[in-house]
Amino acid sequence: MNNLSSRQIVVGIIFLFVALVYSLRLFYVQVINNEYKLNSDNNVLREITQYPARGLIYDRNGDLLVYNEAAYDLMVVPKLVLEMDTNSFCNLLEISQTEFVSKFKKARSYSRYKPSVFIKEISSISYASIQEQLFQYPGFFVQTRTLRKYPKNNAAHILGYIGEVNPATIEKNAYYRSGDYIGKSGLEYAYEDILRGRRGVKRVLVDVHNREKGSYKEGATDTIAITGKTIFTTLDIQLQEYGEKLMVNKKGSIVAIDPNTGEILALVSAPSYNPNLLVGRSVKKNYPLLANDDLNPLFNRATMASYPPGSIFKTVQALIGMQDGVINENSGFPCIKSLVGCHNHPTATSVSSSIKMSCNPYYYSVFRKIIQQGKHKSFFKDSEVGLHQWSNQVKKFGFGQQLATDIPNIKSGFIPDVKFYNKWYGEGRWAFSTIYSLSIGQGEIGIVPLQMANLAAILANRGYYYVPHFIKRIDDTEHIPKEFTTKNNVGINKKYFIPIIEGMEKVVGEAGGTARRAKIENIIVCGKTGTAQNPHGEDHSIFIAFAPKDNPKIAIAVYVENAGFGGTWAAPIASLMMESYLTDSIKDKEKENRILNANLLNVIPKK
Amino acid sequence: MRNQRNIFANVDWPSILLYLALIFIGWINIYAAVFNEEHYSIFDISERYGKQLMWIGLAFILIIIILLFEGHFFTSFAIPIYISILFLLIGVLLFGAEIKGARSWFKIGSFALQPSEFAKFATGLALAKYLSSLNIKMQDLKTKIIVTIIIGIPALLILLQGDAGSTLVYASFVFVLYREGLSGNVLLIGVYAAILFVLSLLLRINTFSFFNVDIEGDILLMIVLGLIAAFAMYITKSMKKTWFVIIISLVLSIGLVFSVNHIFESILEPHQSKRINVLLGIESDPHGAGYNVNQSLIAIGSGGFSGKGFLDGTQTKFNFVPEQSTDFIFCTIGEEWGFLGSFILIVIYISLFLRLLYLAEKQRSTFSRIYGYSVASILFFHFLINIGMTIGLAPVIGIPLPFISYGGSSLWSFTILLFIFIKLDAERMNVLR
Repeated sequence: MNNLSSRQIVVGIIFLFVALVYSLRLFYVQVINNEYKLNSDNNVLREITQYPARGLIYDRNGDLLVYNEAAYDLMVVPKLVLEMDTNSFCNLLEISQTEFVSKFKKARSYSRYKPSVFIKEISSISYASIQEQLFQYPGFFVQTRTLRKYPKNNAAHILGYIGEVNPATIEKNAYYRSGDYIGKSGLEYAYEDILRGRRGVKRVLVDVHNREKGSYKEGATDTIAITGKTIFTTLDIQLQEYGEKLMVNKKGSIVAIDPNTGEILALVSAPSYNPNLLVGRSVKKNYPLLANDDLNPLFNRATMASYPPGSIFKTVQALIGMQDGVINENSGFPCIKSLVGCHNHPTATSVSSSIKMSCNPYYYSVFRKIIQQGKHKSFFKDSEVGLHQWSNQVKKFGFGQQLATDIPNIKSGFIPDVKFYNKWYGEGRWAFSTIYSLSIGQGEIGIVPLQMANLAAILANRGYYYVPHFIKRIDDTEHIPKEFTTKNNVGINKKYFIPIIEGMEKVVGEAGGTARRAKIENIIVCGKTGTAQNPHGEDHSIFIAFAPKDNPKIAIAVYVENAGFGGTWAAPIASLMMESYLTDSIKDKEKENRILNANLLNVIPKK
Repeated sequence: MRNQRNIFANVDWPSILLYLALIFIGWINIYAAVFNEEHYSIFDISERYGKQLMWIGLAFILIIIILLFEGHFFTSFAIPIYISILFLLIGVLLFGAEIKGARSWFKIGSFALQPSEFAKFATGLALAKYLSSLNIKMQDLKTKIIVTIIIGIPALLILLQGDAGSTLVYASFVFVLYREGLSGNVLLIGVYAAILFVLSLLLRINTFSFFNVDIEGDILLMIVLGLIAAFAMYITKSMKKTWFVIIISLVLSIGLVFSVNHIFESILEPHQSKRINVLLGIESDPHGAGYNVNQSLIAIGSGGFSGKGFLDGTQTKFNFVPEQSTDFIFCTIGEEWGFLGSFILIVIYISLFLRLLYLAEKQRSTFSRIYGYSVASILFFHFLINIGMTIGLAPVIGIPLPFISYGGSSLWSFTILLFIFIKLDAERMNVLR
């Protein structure tokens, strides 16, 4: 056996060898390698987000439009729930036993240790009674959140709504994290950065089950949440409310602007919806209802619907014609109905009477003079030169381009140009005779109601505009982006506006004008009707106006889809809006009631 | 002559001191692992450290009882003890309670006892008893078969309980058998087979391309083995007799490589193959199978050179490491005491193991020597697997760290294991050769 006793050395060496390997490994893991130390910091520190209150939104007169209301979510940590009297608990929460069981199962399948929502958005009234008794039920606690609330039920399209941020945004913007709320549309979207405030972070030590174990470095690295800033908008909520009331049972829009500043006073898209429908847990139920509604209430017609402008566009044609020198204020053209259809009226012998009577053949002739100025021998080439000049001039009115208003998804409308027709018909294959419908605001041309209101503002200002906008003040600082305070000249001499405005005054105020219904006592209203043919049915009823004639305070565009003649519906709506804004009252109750009671949703389609 | 009145006469105090040191280290680290501000009294028996203190107290009583026995009691009763334990192992299979997938516990009220822990010392006793009988030679086939049966029966019963980790511990008897004359080739073949197993695991997931010919990794391994065999045959061409051995080894080796797939996918449980894959770096799964090891390494690694300090560990204190008071107790030590503490612990262990080997060699009786080797080997094997797993050098096998991990059964079984030998050693002078 002696030779075997040397084997103790072998066994001893194996033991020592393992001890050596383990010591070296420990030295590597604990002393040399740093990776594990970094990992351990991540493991233990959890950042707890302190959500700031979102900024409030007011109207121009200080009426509150959007505020936050506390909502209470009942949370549960299944692991911490002890045996309890589920019966009285269910009574307290006003839920059934089966509901309780299914909710609890759902929470437990999510995680036993992490809190999950047991009941969402308990009202503050039931919260009070629940909070008092909650101590009897360990594992349940209440978490406060804020919901957006809209005391006025109006201006849904403008204010927009907020919702949980989507993954694509999280990827693009480092600020957002899953579960954050972000403005999804309207002003909530446009002023997201200002309204949201800044999130704070509280760093706490947690264990593997995410249970808090105390603050990190006594809170030295924590940051406080900064509340979102308050926004004062240019809206006049009373006017907005009135506009929405007038547009009940109608499809279309109203845009009212203060021409002196470009401030939007009201922007109505009908049908509309109550903004409170898209708040919190009701979103899930209401959004599909709204999205699937045939009348498309979520669609903001005022900024997103591109319509033919119809006869209101004649004001632009006349201005360009005079500026180009192809007509003057005393030009007269006969009403030749074979050129283009018209109604019966005395011959227009001047620009102002052509506006008053809205003579179609007159503008056929004006537009032909603009397009075919004889600068080129070829008929076709001449039209090209003329159209090129014309479309450039028209675009200066803010048409065919996005007005850089401060709500998202503004459509630009469409002003056809040479390139478009060359592509459409082929180069040299079109001339004035092909495109004459443009003369009366029909054909390929498309303009959104916001641009029409802006046209009214340009006419009111006699030649310039400020980009229409909603922002008036942020907190207490009168800081408005520069693009909203820059005067945009449309490139038409001020004097040419005189006959136009004279005509617009007659439209409303003189016998034979097309919009006598727009008259307001003691205030000179200048307006222009439009009646646009369209493939969807009855003509669209259109009216633009401003008032008073001197020192205008309001410029407005009203567009009522498939309602008929411009003077019949759009004009009285516009006048009621202006009267309400200028005098705070309506004298002609009959006129008001006629509009309020009218249902223009199902007008028999035009054959 | 032996002092009849003093039960501590002639006991090996260095071993006992090392034992006490480990018990103490275990207790304070269980306190650290379970510690939270709400329960800070270290004597609170509703918490694990309080209970462990109770187990320690009972372990001391066990020590006194063991030392009160005559040494030859264990020699005489080795086989009856072994057989009773076998009955307990069978009993637990029939009447035991299932905890974490293993049916290895007797539950009496809130108290649970694990017979497989006690089977270790019983097997050691039985093995010593058999090998120390007259005319036994390790080289005999009959001896080998009987030894295999003695070790195999408890191992098999424990495997049936679903406790693969504790079964593996029986591999530690290889050291004992080696000391008693088992051919060293057995160890070498074992190491060779293990290396081959790991190599084929690593290679089989890869495909190699030579001259546009794709060769699967394990096929390549077989080709290389064939080449090595051919080379060996070329060198030994003058001794044609060795060719037989070479060819047999080649066939067995290739057979092993072939069977790796089968072993891995059919015999091992999915979680077991996964743990091996994670260990070998074939799979990465930081939240699943790799979670324990990853968290364990983070805890130990974050300890740095001198540790975060007693009770200041964040990883273990906040429960990131699973099973931290039992199988992963070493993480707490690594995190709070750093490299320094871990190294000292390794030194304490290795000193105990070497001391036991030294004492075993000093024994006059073969029984005591074999039993001494069994004690050292079993303790070493636990040390090897447990610490190896926490530092990512061994697969995750749930076996306790001797004297340190929380748990009454394991503490008592290790205490009995050790103190029977200390008693035998104390009486070595009384034994006539």
